[in-house]
Amino acid sequence: MSNSFAVEFKNVTKAFGEVQAVRDLNFSIQTGQLVTLLGPSGCGKTTTLRLIAGLEMVTEGQVYIGDNDVTKLPATERDVSMVFQSYALFPHMTVMQNVSYGLTMSSLPKPEVHEKAQTGLELVGLSGYGDRLPSELSGGQQQRVAVARALVLEPEVLLFDEPLSNLDAKLRRRVREEIRELQQELGLTTVYVTHDQEEALAVSDRIIVMNEAVIAQEGAPRQLYEEPVNLFVSDFIGDANLVKSTILDIDGSHANVDIRGIRIQLPHRGLTPGESMVAIRPQSILLKQSGTEDGIPGTILKASYLGDHLEYTVECALGELFVIDNQIQTQQPPGTNVSITFRPYGVSLIPES
Amino acid sequence: MTTPSFSPETTPGFPGIFSKDNLNLKLWLGIAWLGFLILPWYAAYDGFWSFIWVTDGYPTFDEYSPGILQITMHDRWWLWPVALFLLLPLSALSWSKTDPRYALTLLFSGGLGFAFTLSQGFILGLHGWGWEFLGDVFGPTEQKQFGMGYGALLVCGGFLFMFTQGLAARGAIKGDVFVCGSIGFCIVLVAIFVFFPVGRILINSLQDDEGNYVFSLFLEKITSHSIWGLDCFSSNLSCGVAWNSLLMGVLVGLATTVLGLAFALLVTRTGMQAKGFVRTASLLPIITPPFVIGLALILLFGRAGAVNVFLEWAFGIPPSRWLYGLTGILIAQILAFTPIAFLVLIGVVEAVSPSMEEASQTLRASRWQTFWTVSLPLMRPGLANAFLLGFIESLADFGNPLVLGGQYEVLSTQIFFAIVGAQGDPGMAAVLAIVLLMFTLTAFYAQRRWLGKKSYATVTGKGDAGVHVRLPKRVAWMAYLTAAPFLIMSLVVYGMIIFGGFVETWGYKHNFTLKHYIAEFSLHWSEQYGLLWEGAAWNSFWTTLQISAISAPLTAGLGLLTAYILVRQKFWGKDIFEFLTMLSFAIPGTVIGVGYILAFNVPPIEITGTGVILVVCFIFRNMPTGIRAGIAAMSQLDPSLDEASLTLGAKSFTTLRRVLLPLLRPALVAALVFSFVRAMTAISAVIFLVSADYDMATSYILGRVEFGDYGLAIAYSSVLILVMLAAIGLIQLAVGKRELGRRESFEF
Ligand SMILES: Nc1ncnc2c1ncn2[C@@H]1O[C@H](COP(=O)(O)OP(=O)(O)OP(=O)(O)O)[C@@H](O)[C@H]1O
Ligand SMILES: [Mg+2]
Repeated sequence: MSNSFAVEFKNVTKAFGEVQAVRDLNFSIQTGQLVTLLGPSGCGKTTTLRLIAGLEMVTEGQVYIGDNDVTKLPATERDVSMVFQSYALFPHMTVMQNVSYGLTMSSLPKPEVHEKAQTGLELVGLSGYGDRLPSELSGGQQQRVAVARALVLEPEVLLFDEPLSNLDAKLRRRVREEIRELQQELGLTTVYVTHDQEEALAVSDRIIVMNEAVIAQEGAPRQLYEEPVNLFVSDFIGDANLVKSTILDIDGSHANVDIRGIRIQLPHRGLTPGESMVAIRPQSILLKQSGTEDGIPGTILKASYLGDHLEYTVECALGELFVIDNQIQTQQPPGTNVSITFRPYGVSLIPES
Repeated sequence: MTTPSFSPETTPGFPGIFSKDNLNLKLWLGIAWLGFLILPWYAAYDGFWSFIWVTDGYPTFDEYSPGILQITMHDRWWLWPVALFLLLPLSALSWSKTDPRYALTLLFSGGLGFAFTLSQGFILGLHGWGWEFLGDVFGPTEQKQFGMGYGALLVCGGFLFMFTQGLAARGAIKGDVFVCGSIGFCIVLVAIFVFFPVGRILINSLQDDEGNYVFSLFLEKITSHSIWGLDCFSSNLSCGVAWNSLLMGVLVGLATTVLGLAFALLVTRTGMQAKGFVRTASLLPIITPPFVIGLALILLFGRAGAVNVFLEWAFGIPPSRWLYGLTGILIAQILAFTPIAFLVLIGVVEAVSPSMEEASQTLRASRWQTFWTVSLPLMRPGLANAFLLGFIESLADFGNPLVLGGQYEVLSTQIFFAIVGAQGDPGMAAVLAIVLLMFTLTAFYAQRRWLGKKSYATVTGKGDAGVHVRLPKRVAWMAYLTAAPFLIMSLVVYGMIIFGGFVETWGYKHNFTLKHYIAEFSLHWSEQYGLLWEGAAWNSFWTTLQISAISAPLTAGLGLLTAYILVRQKFWGKDIFEFLTMLSFAIPGTVIGVGYILAFNVPPIEITGTGVILVVCFIFRNMPTGIRAGIAAMSQLDPSLDEASLTLGAKSFTTLRRVLLPLLRPALVAALVFSFVRAMTAISAVIFLVSADYDMATSYILGRVEFGDYGLAIAYSSVLILVMLAAIGLIQLAVGKRELGRRESFEF
């Protein structure tokens, strides 16, 4: 029995007493890919990660790493390394000792341990820092030591639990790119937990969106953004305005949809004629001067200037809409009457509504 | 790279005997077989370290034969199942850990093997049936057996760890073999050495002299007038021992708490000089055998004491016996136990978050109001703990009531006399022990109820920049006034302890002499025999050192291991386990002493009269402190440190050793020092367990006191205090400081 998946979950449930932290989880991760677990706080991301690492044991179901059923195997015996949110660097050991720790545990000969650890430190750009204590490094440097410590073991799977949440916005961007580069260079299978959707979109090969202990949707970043399967995903990944619509008829792969008088063609995504919901990205809503076109009439309630774009809240028959406008030269004051139309992209039917 | 041992699909062929797979199982199976085939099954030899059996008829002699020969040569056929349960798990060696049969076989043979081996020991004893009713059911038996020896010990250990490995293979405790084993180990030990002796007391109190269960007799004893009588209210007779003890415990608990609080406040919240001095001085009574303070008090205030002699000389006031009785006990115990309250309270007083006090002040409360409405209520857990400790220590204290009690009888001394006294009534001792246990457990329960579920956590882990509010003037004065007499008294008492050893006969002849030291500790060099340890104290001195040195690391180790289990692991029944470990803290030493002689002077675990029982007793008496220290320290360490180590491929034992232990050094020092010092100074449980071969310093000194050799006793005590000071220094040197980052505010 062989499969090409590095990690596979089969019907995994984990309960803490009454609370089910994850429920009936099924997914598989291909070797060499970076997969992100994304979801709101408390949805079970960390639990899933810890189940892979063996720091929690499943209540039901099976976990496979490579070809092996590791369901009952303790963390020590799984070929998995983890980078913790708090870094978890051993405060009484130097950077070098920290990075060598796992290598020593696999009883490699001393020179080899040193050499590998040195390479690991170089990889994260900290080669001169071996003799320092973790407390003598900046937050970002500590984070890179934690990564090096996990990397040098060349594990079958590398796990990251919100590795960037302690860093400032600029550093986050840089470090996440570094992690992605390293991961691709070394071809490491990586599972990455975050609740920052932008981070997830930026680094992942695939994203698993979780909500309330189950998987809401799984797919490539673009797929999740453009074809969210339900209201939750559409709203969680990027902002979305959810509005009622009617599918008039199905025409090949497309459906003719009516949104308050506006007719557009959208991929039907398995839906049949009748009532349905549509998600509209704020960038895909166009505000024209009222009366110029046959759009939906509306009134601007709020307008704010954010440097590179304008944000509006618009009242109309569809309810309140959130709109992003990149034309920053002309800001419409609240109270202005406008006419609303949609761009041909960034609008999609939601199958599970 | 790690070398993970995955399921058989990836490991070609079955694991060989010498492969690293199932190393643990092989180890314990090997040990168990060694115990069964080679080592003597019974403990018929005297002493754990006595090896006369090697040359004295082993292996064929009945008393020294290993298990296998006991079955085949000596007709002890009921040991056959042991062999069976040892054979079964051999098949597990060829299966991988993930194979369900592996776990099942180990659970089955380990669990049943352990249960069987232990119960056969209880069923058949030195004089045939272990319980009367078995004789009634099965008829009389000719068979008998001794207590369990090395062989049985190893086999039981083997079964236990096979069972826990079976559990781990089923995925219990995240499949961690070491942690599963540790939990099993701790549970079994606590059950045998805490639960079992206490249970024996309960059973014993229900029995009459012939061993029949007579409940009415129990009722009669436990409600007897000598325990609960209230004559002191109606006449000038004394009240029952229970009331006496209760009064003493409550008074001492209250006094030590108030004094401890006064000192803690003075040290942390005032500009008082000499803070370091108070802190160090507070350690002194802890390294003093408790009754030594009573002794010094006699030398001061007794009939022939310094004060009385002076009063008579100066004012012609005749000496009186006012010291003997409740007054004397109270003074001695307050002097002895206040430092414990101080140490508990100082941590709590320091931990009250300054920002809460500052918040209160910004809400327009005065310093006086802030103290009463915020600071003091936040110290509630500390106050409750300090009171509980003082109360239990006082009830359990044996030396001071014996030395100073006079006509004032308390439970701890009455228990002792019921066992060793002329009438020799162990049943009565058991009943008294139950009364004592009831008091302490009630206090324990009341404390928990009082604290309730409210959160008193004030150390939030966030940096607190605030400064503690100075004490309001009134409170500061109250504290000074409370503390000063105590300090003066302590200084005088310790002066006495130093000088008392150098005086011929206190109260009569005050010339300087070294004769007490010479009598106890003289060395003699003779051409013929070399160095001779002539002094009378050497024997008990070396025994005490040896026993304390053996038990201290074991106590600290077991305490920290238990703390690790309680803080870091989750398992079914953890609450009960925690309660049991706490229980041994709430049981007075006297009760433990009685329980131990009742439980361990008959097979299957027959260790009275050996050094082992002393070591074991110290371990379980002092472990709770190690646990507390460990829990406090470990809760401050982020669990992701251990998890990181685990995911890096280190086993949990390695993690404990390389990651946690270095960070726990302060707790380790505390646990080591405390258990060493407690072993050196303990008396209440020890007095029941010493034997001619294993006499302890404290019981030896107490013997001297009973003969009125105060000079000798005091001299010996001051030597003990010096030795303990040296040992504390050594321990600190050996364990070293915690190496942390140089940055002061450290964030994990
Ligand atoms: N040890 C535990 N005991 C009880 N409940 C737990 C435990 N660990 C997690 N849970 C619960 O399981 C659920 C999922 O927790 P988890 O830590 O996986 O969330 P998360 O997705 O990582 O959230 P966050 O983004 O806030 O880190 C939560 O409801 C949490 O309260
Ligand atoms: Mg989390």
